[in-house]
Amino acid sequence: MENKFVLYYRVLGIGLALSLVVSARVGAVPISFDHIGLFLKHALGFGRGDGPPTIEEQLFLQIRLPRVLLCALTGAALSVSGVLMQALFRNPIVEPGLVGTSSGAAFGAAFVFVMGRTLTGAWADILGPWLLPLFAFAGGAVATGLVYRLSNVFGKINVNTLLLAGIAVNALAAGGTGFFSYIARDPQARSIVFWNLGTLSGADWHNTALVAVTTGGGILLALRYTKALNALMLGETEAGYLGVRTRRLKTHILFVNTLMVAVATSVVGVIAFVGLVVPHILRLLGSSDNRFLVIASALLGAILLNFADMLARIIVAPSEFPIGVLTAFAGAPVFLYLLIRANRKQQQGGFYA
Amino acid sequence: MLSIHGLRCVAGGKPVLQDITIDFAPGQLHVIVGPNGSGKSTFLKAFSGEWPIASGEVLYDGAALSVLDKTSLARRRAVMSQLPELHFPLRVEEIVLMGRYPHFAFEATRADHQICRAAMERLSITGLAGRDYLTLSGGERQRVQFARALAQIWDAPSAGCRYLFLDEPVSSLDIYYQHELLEVARELVREQVVLIAVLHDLNLAMQYAHRMLFLRQGILVAEGPVPEVVKPELIREVFQIDARLLPDPEGRRPAIVYGQTDQFPAARG
Repeated sequence: MENKFVLYYRVLGIGLALSLVVSARVGAVPISFDHIGLFLKHALGFGRGDGPPTIEEQLFLQIRLPRVLLCALTGAALSVSGVLMQALFRNPIVEPGLVGTSSGAAFGAAFVFVMGRTLTGAWADILGPWLLPLFAFAGGAVATGLVYRLSNVFGKINVNTLLLAGIAVNALAAGGTGFFSYIARDPQARSIVFWNLGTLSGADWHNTALVAVTTGGGILLALRYTKALNALMLGETEAGYLGVRTRRLKTHILFVNTLMVAVATSVVGVIAFVGLVVPHILRLLGSSDNRFLVIASALLGAILLNFADMLARIIVAPSEFPIGVLTAFAGAPVFLYLLIRANRKQQQGGFYA
Repeated sequence: MLSIHGLRCVAGGKPVLQDITIDFAPGQLHVIVGPNGSGKSTFLKAFSGEWPIASGEVLYDGAALSVLDKTSLARRRAVMSQLPELHFPLRVEEIVLMGRYPHFAFEATRADHQICRAAMERLSITGLAGRDYLTLSGGERQRVQFARALAQIWDAPSAGCRYLFLDEPVSSLDIYYQHELLEVARELVREQVVLIAVLHDLNLAMQYAHRMLFLRQGILVAEGPVPEVVKPELIREVFQIDARLLPDPEGRRPAIVYGQTDQFPAARG
């Protein structure tokens, strides 16, 4: 079995490399593979010519490359969070968008966009660059914690309550975000499309680095908990008998999930259903082992979001299609399918029975 | 040795276990019986550490449960609950391997895999190893869960006893596998495992238990060696049903039959 996993990792790794290169090539201004290689070499300090970099090179290094990387990182963050939330809620129809992490984070981020300017003095100087991820994190944590609390009745997750609590918390957060975007002056914050459907057009090296740190850190942390999350599949009591400190585990998992999703969301907006579809595809390969799911979801999530963004950039070029529309078109049917199957299989006691 | 002193538990403001004091020694199969809602499962969860204790103390080899490290306890104490529900597809071998989780950090060793194979062999479920757990019948699932518990406490720890607690382990099993499972339990008892099981079938309990505990409304009504402790009056008091003990013609333990003696009068003529 281990060998089979390694094979999957290799295939996905190659797929990711390919998707990065292809995604860097296409867009409003196509860049040939030769040029990509040349620019990358220049960026690493080899063979730089005498003249200033061309516009094409600047476009590639300052816009295209960070965008492609940010996209891959966001895809990985959302997918791994999907795995974590599904393990925590012990339910495959859960994802960060559904349990409120994304919309809560968007609310926190919108708050900073609009109200952050009113902060003055020492506070603003110290917190300035950290305000956005901090508030996004706080918003995501509160929303996710609330949904978890509401749906967890006597140690069991009630799916109906979970879905309804998710709807309520999401509506509340979306309402707040809508309010802020209505009174906002900032052009990005004013864009309701940005908050609801997400876009990667705001990518620069600063926010890409930020998302890289939280996503990388989040995945490494997530890997530490995969064994305990596997045990949690049997239920909280059983996991406890296997030596898992379940209460601590749950807090840590909520933290890691919120860290990854909130920071990504504060940069790219709400992109839904990625965290649902990616783990689902991987489970079809025949294993629910969370270690496999975390590693493979990071890779597959990056690949799929890269392709979605590529599509978003080319179908209405030189304009740009909202990426959230594409993920919703792909993800919502999967969600409905899982829901129908869950209803049918409820009697038999399992979603994948 | 598992020692319980003055254990009290509360659920929803009401006492569910009242002042239970008892020692469970290794080398004896202890069976807990009692009517529905008498607190059997709560009792088992309480001394396993998964139900809050209102007062009293639980000692594993003299060390208080509250100060024991959960993971190191899990290396020598396994609990088989009533069938846990699962929402994800998992192969049987993956579930059995979970029993070894307390023993390895990241990667299961060759020894862990060998133990799992041996545990599955002992429960005759080797043929199910590659099957999806969700496609199994209730009885098969129960044997898989028992194999997981067995794998968890397979090897003897460097210090202290091994413990195995079973909550209605045979509820979905047919007669053959009921006896197979309890035979394995008896073997573990011979290996000095502290073994406590909740059973519903008094006859099965009579046949395999060394000692029996009768719980009623959270109170430990009687406890003692079988068959001395089992009396028709006690069964009547605890279960509200008339019972008779029929001696076994071959000198083994008596069988219990229930109901009024004149309920089914013998056919005349």
